[in-house]
Amino acid sequence: MADEAHGEGGGLSFHPMDQFEVKPLFGGGYDVHWYTITNVTLWLALAILAIIGLMVLTTSKRATVPGRGQSIAELMYGFVYKMVEDVTGKDGIKYFPYIMTLFMFILCANFLGLIPMSFTTTSHIAVTAILGFGVFFAVTILGFVKNGASFLGLFWVSSAPLPLRPVLAVIEIISYFVRPVSHSIRLAGNMMAGHAVLKVFAGFAQVAAIAPVAIIGVMAIYGLEVLVSAIQAYVFTILTCVYLKDALHPHH
Amino acid sequence: MEGELAHIGAGLAAIGSGAAAIGVGHVAGNFLAGALRNPSAAAGQTATLFIGIAFAEALGIFSFLVALLLMFAV
Repeated sequence: MADEAHGEGGGLSFHPMDQFEVKPLFGGGYDVHWYTITNVTLWLALAILAIIGLMVLTTSKRATVPGRGQSIAELMYGFVYKMVEDVTGKDGIKYFPYIMTLFMFILCANFLGLIPMSFTTTSHIAVTAILGFGVFFAVTILGFVKNGASFLGLFWVSSAPLPLRPVLAVIEIISYFVRPVSHSIRLAGNMMAGHAVLKVFAGFAQVAAIAPVAIIGVMAIYGLEVLVSAIQAYVFTILTCVYLKDALHPHH
Repeated sequence: MEGELAHIGAGLAAIGSGAAAIGVGHVAGNFLAGALRNPSAAAGQTATLFIGIAFAEALGIFSFLVALLLMFAV
């Protein structure tokens, strides 16, 4: 896909989408099997290590007066805890560990992807679809386990006038099954679009006449991307909370 | 010929990004209008704000996805 962009003298010397290529770490080529250790594997592992470093190592001393690292860890914990409590209510607190894990993983993966020359794992739909469908199946199974067949009341809006309810049921069912798709594509799309824009602006910097504008543009967009990374992790988590609330209390 | 048409289609799909921008701006603008009238209630509604923005933005991301599919997959 990138061949025609290469070798145009003075034009883009790299394609903005090149950064999303999955490559094996060892032994070149593009031959990727399920067991191949690729750059995705590396950056997913680094995200896990970053979470362990932030959440486990800094809090291992359990200081009464927290240091810098422990303060950050406690702030994160309190932030997600309050979000779960506000959106799902008291009986959603049981599922806090899952939501905290999702939040920390997406946040760390997004932030690691912002390091220059790194690889953004969350820009791949394969990664976010696993997260999104995981939430979808967990929430659907949980809804049926907790409420039995009355979970289907989620699709039967009892507050609407009777003739309208079948129409609403169709809309509700469609919107329910679109959830995992939009949930995962939102994260992947935001990450991919932002990083592609960064690379496009970096490409403009090669043209001397507009280089200062391009460099200022890259800086501004980089700042925006830091914001977007945090907001998308927040949005993914809060939507998980909303879906969880629907599963626990399916009646409108 | 088909390749060129796919590129035109990808450009047309970018209109969806503009439409999503209108939607996100509408959500955020109305939130701000409401928040300035009753600032004490605003803090409790930031979660709703982000959920609304996320839903409005999802459709713009879908159009971006259509553009990407036309550029690289078709």
